[in-house]
This record gives sequence, C-alpha cells and structure tokens, in this order.
Amino acid sequence: MSEKKTNRRDFLFTATYAVGAVGAGAVVWPMIDQMNPDASVKALASTEVDVSTVNPGKTITVLWRGKPVFIRRRTPEEIAEAKSVKIEDLKHPEKDEDRAQNPEWLVMLGVCTHLGCVPLDQKGDYNGWFCPCHGSHYDTSGRIRKGPAPTNMEIPEYKFVDANTIKIG
Amino acid sequence: MSEHEYTPKSKVGKWFNDRLPLLTLANHLTDYPTPKNLNYWWTFGGILTFCLITQIVTGLVLAMHYIAHADMAFQSVEHIMRDVNYGWLIRYIHANGASMFFLAVYIHIFRSLFYGSYKSPREVIWIIGIIIYLLMMAAAFLGYVLPWGQMSFWGATVITNLFSAIPLVGEGIVTWLWGGYSVDNPTLTRFFTLHYLIPFLILGLVVLHIWALHVPGNNNPIGIDIKKPSKDTVPFHPYIVIKDGFALLMFMIVFAFFVFYTPNILGHADNYIEANPLVTPAHIVPEWYLLPFYAILRSVPDKLLGVIAMLSAILILAALPWLDTSKIRSAVFRPLYKQFYWILVADVLILGYVGAMPAEGLYLLVARIATAYYFLHFLVVLPVLGFKERTTPVPLSITEPILGGSPNLAAVKKKDSFKDQ
Repeated sequence: MSEKKTNRRDFLFTATYAVGAVGAGAVVWPMIDQMNPDASVKALASTEVDVSTVNPGKTITVLWRGKPVFIRRRTPEEIAEAKSVKIEDLKHPEKDEDRAQNPEWLVMLGVCTHLGCVPLDQKGDYNGWFCPCHGSHYDTSGRIRKGPAPTNMEIPEYKFVDANTIKIG
Repeated sequence: MSEHEYTPKSKVGKWFNDRLPLLTLANHLTDYPTPKNLNYWWTFGGILTFCLITQIVTGLVLAMHYIAHADMAFQSVEHIMRDVNYGWLIRYIHANGASMFFLAVYIHIFRSLFYGSYKSPREVIWIIGIIIYLLMMAAAFLGYVLPWGQMSFWGATVITNLFSAIPLVGEGIVTWLWGGYSVDNPTLTRFFTLHYLIPFLILGLVVLHIWALHVPGNNNPIGIDIKKPSKDTVPFHPYIVIKDGFALLMFMIVFAFFVFYTPNILGHADNYIEANPLVTPAHIVPEWYLLPFYAILRSVPDKLLGVIAMLSAILILAALPWLDTSKIRSAVFRPLYKQFYWILVADVLILGYVGAMPAEGLYLLVARIATAYYFLHFLVVLPVLGFKERTTPVPLSITEPILGGSPNLAAVKKKDSFKDQ
C-alpha cells in the first residue's frame, strides 16, 4: 500500500458511506413517522360544548382529542381564593387572569402534568383538584401547589362562540 | 465449543453431522460437565426456559382469539374467558405465567448476587441477563395493556408519560408512542405487535445467554474455578436434567396453585372494568414485580429525577461486575457481604411493600430511606467491601473440604507456590 494519507479509494469509501447513510435514513424515516398521529386522528382537532346547564360550583368533563377537558363554573369564593394567592408561592407561577379568560369559567385539560392521570374534582389541600396516582394537589385555578407534578394543568386553546358555547381547539 | 471430538455412531448420522453438526451440539449439551455441588438455586435457569416457552405457546393460542382494537379488545378477552374452549385456562396460565416468570427471574438474579455469578469471567452472561430482564418488563407491561381494562389504560398512560420527563423532545416522543394525543386505538395495535415480538427477542437472547454460559461453564456454590471435565464435575445429563426436572415439578405445583385456586389474586379488580379515558382508578398500582422500581420513582419529588432514579436502579445492575471489587465470588466466604446481601434483599422487599402503599406520610419516608440504601449498597458498600473485608479461606476444589487433597493438580501447585512466597 502507498504511504499517501488519502487516496482515490479512501474518497470512494467515504462517498459510498455518505450516500449509503442518506439512503438508509430515507428508508428508516417512513418507518418511524408512521407511528406519529395519522390524518384521521388529527382531523378530530376541535369540539364545541354547550355549557348552559352548568351551575356555579359544578364541573363538566368533555372528551377532546381523547383527553378529558374540565369546564368548571367557579363560585365567587373560588375565584377570590385563586386571585388571592401570592405569585411567589407558586411552583409554576401563573396569574389566575392568564388562566381564565372569563373568571367564572375555568377551562383546562383534566390531565395531571406528572404522569397523565385524571385528577379528582374538589379534593386535596387547596380545594381544587387532587391526583390520586401520585398525590399532586392543584388549587382552584388548576395550579400545582404540592406533589410531584412539575407544572400547572394545561389550558387548551378555546373561545366562547356565544354566551353558552365554548369551542375547544 | 466441545471439549472432545464427537463422531456419530451411525453412517447416516455421520453423513448429516458432517454437513450440519446438530448431533455434535446435542452431544455437547448432554455431556456438558457441570459442577457437582450445584444446589437447587441453580435450577431456576431451566425453570425460566419453561416459563418462556409456556408464555410463547399460551400467547400464540390467545392471539388466535384476541382482537387488538380499542372497541373490541375488552369484549374479546371476555369472549376468551367465557366462550372459547378452555380459554379461561389458557388465559389464566398466561396471566399468572407472567408472575411466575418474574418470581423465577428474581430468584435467579438473587442467586447470582449471592454466589457472585456476575463476576469475571461471566460479565457478558450477566449483562445479557439484564437485557432479558428489561425486555421481560417491557413485554409484561405491553401485555397488561392488551385486555383494555381500566388498569391497562391508566398503566399505559402513566408509563408512556414517563418519557415526557425528557427535556424538549419528551412531549413529541410521547405523542409518537401513542400515535395520537392520548392512549387510544393506535397505541393498542402497536402494543400488541410489540408484545408479540419481544418474546422472540428474549428467546434469541436466551440462546446467547446459554452460549456465553458454556464458555466458562457454570459458577458453583463455593464460587471457585473448576477444571472441566474433572472429578469436580458431572455430565449435564442425567444428573442436572433430573435435578432440574424435579425442581420444575415443585415449581409447577406453585404455578398450578395460582392458576386453579386464586387466578386473580395477583391482578387488580379494576382491570375487569373497560378502559375509560375520563376516570382514573383511585389507586393505580403496577403489578407486584414492578413495585420496588415504582417505589423508587415515587420517592423522588421531581418528575425527571424520579424517572432517572428508577431507570438507574435497573441499569446499575449492568455495572455490577465492576462495582463489586472483591475477587472472591461466593458469599459463603465473605462474612460481611453475606450480611449486606440479606439487608439488600430486605431493602428490595420493603421497597416492594411501600410501592403498593399510598405515597404519603410514613410510607414515603420509608420509601426514601430504602431508595437511598439501594443505591448506597451498589455505589458505596460493594466497592469498599472488596478492599476492607477479611474473607475466609476458599477451598481449592469442590472435593477438598470433604476428601482432603485436590483432584486439580494445577491448583495445588498454585497453592504451594503461594506458600513459598
């Protein structure tokens, strides 16, 4: 063999490996991407809910993208409680005003941010929600106060279509 | 592979064996020299092979009747239980078989820990074993999802959400695993596929596990290197075959007890309620064999660190051959290690117990102490012990303590040369 550091054959090897890697990637990607949400799953992206029958102090749960969404009509005490919390005391600081467009209505994903269980309504140390799986406590604004969950319960994209109808998604 | 040349007696046998040496392999397996002091803790390798075959055969049969669809899975399992001939029996064997499989694998692992079977030159056997154990946990988890009951659904939700702890890409990975925005039909069908695949991966790894075992040969209760074949060994057949067979029968009595008398005691009643994405059962508890790791997960108050702690608790086992610095294999000659071994056994049992209890108050405190001790055992106790411990004298051969002298001349010479120094 010659003493030269690189020669024509080395170049050919490198070029072959590079083209081979691109080809292998092109074959592997469809195999991976087929597991992502398909067109029919994505098509079920929004839902409309009639909330005219919900009285103050009651929560309804609707299914959106396979997940529960809590729609709670909060009592004045609950709203006051949610607003009175000092922002520094929160693990995930968020103002109640930023979580509820209309303070009377709290619309949020009923999914514990720890490992995805559905928290129980009107339970726990903060009069909000309590997740039975691993003991996370949420307040009346759905904010994490105690337990292993890292963040507040998520607020989905939603808007009031009219006074009695909420469109989620 | 074989210590001696083997020639089939018949002409046909010789003709075939020259082309594909299956008969040489069979001869290697039957004549394989094994230490003559193997005790009953060594019979669990055979028992585990039985468990794997049982799961594959019953699983194949169940797959003929099961329907992997979110709308039909639950009903199809009830159909198996009520309508299919002997369906109840086959399903109960498969469901309890998973528990029996883990029971046997835990005994097998703790046997290895006691007698130092993971140490040089058996590190690769050990690591293949850990991979098999990980695959077993994956298969068990995936299989538990298939009946599509409440525990199936919420167990799947919690376990897949573990991946959401990964920074940045976590949520994307979870969506990818689900094939949607929650656990749903796409999740079920892929879980069924993977549940079907994994046992065959395990089967392949078992072949490698045994192949790697047959290079150095079995460890033994006194943990010394033995010459094979020698007066310290007996052929695998009939000696070990009979002993393994007897132990297997005893094991099958326990297995049959669960299948016929308390087939649901190891399961959860909630799994006889069909999956409901709107209601989480009040107590989500994994199957008993995952409880110690579940306790570790819950004992850490941070989501990402909890997941890391749980995974580390399993992966730390792979590093065990290098964490244990002692050159002596068997705990029989390690008075201090023997005590720490039993403390570890107690620690794991305590973790299992608190894993089944609510994560609050005293249970949480105990879980935290036990978790800390678990890591302390592997990261501090074992490395230090190798240097500090005064071990008791190790015999030169299996027969030496009983008969005196040694059939292993090389070992005697080695001992004499030590004396000279």
